[in-house]
Amino acid sequence: MDLNAPIAIRVRGICNSFGDQVIHDGVDLDVRNGEILGVVGGSGTGKSVLMRTIIGLQRPIAGEIEIFGEPMTEEDSDAQLDLRRRWGVMFQGGALFSTLTVAENVQVPLREFYPGLTPQLLDEIAAYKVVMAGLPANAGPKYPSELSGGMKKRAGLARALALDPRLLFLDEPTAGLDPISAAAFDELTMSLSKTLGLTVFLITHDLDTLYAICDRVAVLADHKVVAVGTIPELLATDHPWIQSYFNGPRGRAAQTAVDRHMAKGA
Amino acid sequence: MASMADFTETQAEAGRTLRVTGRMTLSGLADFPQRLDAVEAPVAAIDISALDRIDTVGAWIVHRFAARTGAKILGASDEAARLMSLVSRSEESVRVRPEAPNPVVRVVTEIGDATVVALRTLAGLVAFFGAILVATWDIMRHPRRLRINAIVHRFELVGVKALGIIGLMSFLIGIVIAQQGAVQLQQFGAEALTVNLVGRITTRELGVLMTAIMVAGRSGSAFAAQLGTMKLTEEIDAMRTIGVSPIEALVIPRMLAAIVMMPLLGFYATVVSIFGGGLFCWVSLDLPPITFVQRLQEVIPITDLWVGLLKAPVFGAIIALSGCFQGMQVESNAEQIGLRTTSAVVQAIFLVIVLDAFFAVFFSQIGWI
Ligand SMILES: Nc1ncnc2c1ncn2[C@@H]1O[C@H](COP(=O)(O)OP(=O)(O)OP(=O)(O)O)[C@@H](O)[C@H]1O
Ligand SMILES: [Mg+2]
Repeated sequence: MDLNAPIAIRVRGICNSFGDQVIHDGVDLDVRNGEILGVVGGSGTGKSVLMRTIIGLQRPIAGEIEIFGEPMTEEDSDAQLDLRRRWGVMFQGGALFSTLTVAENVQVPLREFYPGLTPQLLDEIAAYKVVMAGLPANAGPKYPSELSGGMKKRAGLARALALDPRLLFLDEPTAGLDPISAAAFDELTMSLSKTLGLTVFLITHDLDTLYAICDRVAVLADHKVVAVGTIPELLATDHPWIQSYFNGPRGRAAQTAVDRHMAKGA
Repeated sequence: MASMADFTETQAEAGRTLRVTGRMTLSGLADFPQRLDAVEAPVAAIDISALDRIDTVGAWIVHRFAARTGAKILGASDEAARLMSLVSRSEESVRVRPEAPNPVVRVVTEIGDATVVALRTLAGLVAFFGAILVATWDIMRHPRRLRINAIVHRFELVGVKALGIIGLMSFLIGIVIAQQGAVQLQQFGAEALTVNLVGRITTRELGVLMTAIMVAGRSGSAFAAQLGTMKLTEEIDAMRTIGVSPIEALVIPRMLAAIVMMPLLGFYATVVSIFGGGLFCWVSLDLPPITFVQRLQEVIPITDLWVGLLKAPVFGAIIALSGCFQGMQVESNAEQIGLRTTSAVVQAIFLVIVLDAFFAVFFSQIGWI
C-alpha cells in the first residue's frame, strides 16, 4: 500500500445488478490522491451502491477495485484490515449507533482498531473530534435521537474522521441542511481535506457544493461513469443529462452565484 | 515501514529537551502516550523535527504534553503545525457520557422512576384499551374501514404459519402426559384412567394454555418488534399525518387475528395432544384407538370444551394487547425494541397465567367441574 500513490481509488469495469435490474455496467473511475471528487447522477443511478462497492459492503459481479494500489479482496488479511482503517465513511442515513452517545460513537472505531488506547486518551480524542466536526461541546453526551438532522450529519462526520483516515466517503452530506449549515459543512469538508490531506469521494445532489469545493466531478448515467472532469470540462461535453443538469435553472443559478462571488473576491 | 513513536531525553542548560522520533500516528503509538504522561513537569522543549509522520492524534498528544509541562514545541513541520493548530482550535471540554448522579440519589431515583413507570404503564394500558374500544366502535359504524387484507394477512401469520410448531409441541406434550400419567396410575392398576387424564387436562387447560404461551412467544413478540420499529422510523407518525389511525390500521388487525386464531389454534392443539396421548396408549398400553375414542366420549363432558374455548379468545386479546401496547411505547433507540419485546412476552404470559387461575376458580364455582 502506498499512501502517496497518485491514484487513491482505481475502479475498473465494475458491474452490479439486483435481480434483473442492472445498476452498473462497466464503471471505470480514478480518484486522484488529495482531490475532492464530486459524484453526481440522477436519483437511483447507483451512486450509493458504487460507494458501497468500493468499501466492500457490496460484492460486484465483475470488475476490480484498487485502493492506494492495493487490490480489494474479500479476505480478512492484515493488508485488508490496514486498508479498512484508512477510510472513514459517512452514510446517507447517518447510521449512528443509537444506543451510544455521540462521543461514544466516535470512540467505536478507535476501540475496535486500537484497543491499547487508555480511556482518558480515548475521551480526549473523541472530544476534539466532536468539536472538529463542528458540533457544539454539549453535543458530546447526547444520544443520536436527541440530535437535529444537521447535527446527525456532523456526528457522522466526526465518526468518519475518528481514525484519521486518508480517504473520506461522504454520501449526500449536505442533503436536508439549511443553506447556511450546508455552506458551513462544505467549508468544513474543504478545510479538513486541505489540513489533513484527505482524498474525498463526495456523493451529492447539491450544485453549490459541486461549484464550491469539488476539484473534479464524475457523472454517473446510463449505468456508467459517462464523464469525469472539472465543471468547465463537463460543460463542454454534449451528453444530454450533463447539459440539463448544469444548464437547468438551478445549475445556472449556482453558477451565477459562484461568478458573482469570484467577481467580488477579485 | 517507519518505526514506532519513541522519545529520548537530553539535558541542556536551559532544561530538559525531549526528542520524539518515529511515527506519531494512531497505528504507531502503542504505549507512547502512557510513557509520555510519566515524564515529570518542567520540560524546556519538545523537539518533533525528527518525526516520520504525524496525524491529529499525534498532534493532540504533543499539544497536550506541551500544555501540561510548559514545554516549547520545536521543529514542527508545516504539516505538524497545521494539525497542531487544528486540534488546539478544537480543544473544548466535552462530556462523553451524560452525567452520572451519586449512587444513593440514583437508587432512590430509580425506585421512584420504577414506581412511576409501573403506574404509567398501567394507566397507559387502560388508555390504550380504551382507544381500541373507541376504534372498534368507529369501525362498527363504518364497516368499510375494516382492513380486510391486513386482517387476512395477520390470520395467516398468526394462525396458519403457527400450525407446524404448535402441532409438534402439542403432540409431544400429549405423549409426555400420557406416559407420566400411565407410570403413576399403573401403581394403582388404574392405567386405563390415562384416557381421562389426557383427555380432560388437554381439553380444559393445557391445549389452550400452551398455545397461548406459544402465540405470545411467536406473535406477541413480533407485534411489539414490528410496531416498535415503525415507531422508531417515524412510520407511525407518518400514518397519523396522512390521517390513518395507527390503531385502526395496525392494532385492530392484530387484535382480531389473535382473538380469532387463538380458539382455533387451541382446539387444534387439544386435538393433536389427544392424538399423541392416544398413540402412546395404543403403542405402550395396548389400548386400541377405537376404545380410546369411545372412552374419550364418555369421560370428557362437553363443558370441558367450552372451558377451553371460552378462555382462548381472552388470552388472544391479552397477548395482542400487550404486544401492541409495548410496541407503541418504544422511543428513541434500538435497544428499546429489545426491552419492549421482552416485556411484551413476559407481560402476556404472566397475565395469561393469572387469568387462567381466575378462570379455573370461576368455572368450578359455576359447576363446570
Ligand atoms: N439492497 C438493494 N436491493 C435491491 N435494489 C437495490 C438495493 N440497493 C439499491 N438498489 C437499487 O439500486 C438502484 C441504485 O440505488 P442507489 O441507492 O445507489 O441510488 P443513488 O444513486 O444513491 O440514489 P439517491 O441519489 O436517491 O441516493 C436503485 O434503483 C435501487 O432501487
Ligand atoms: Mg444514495
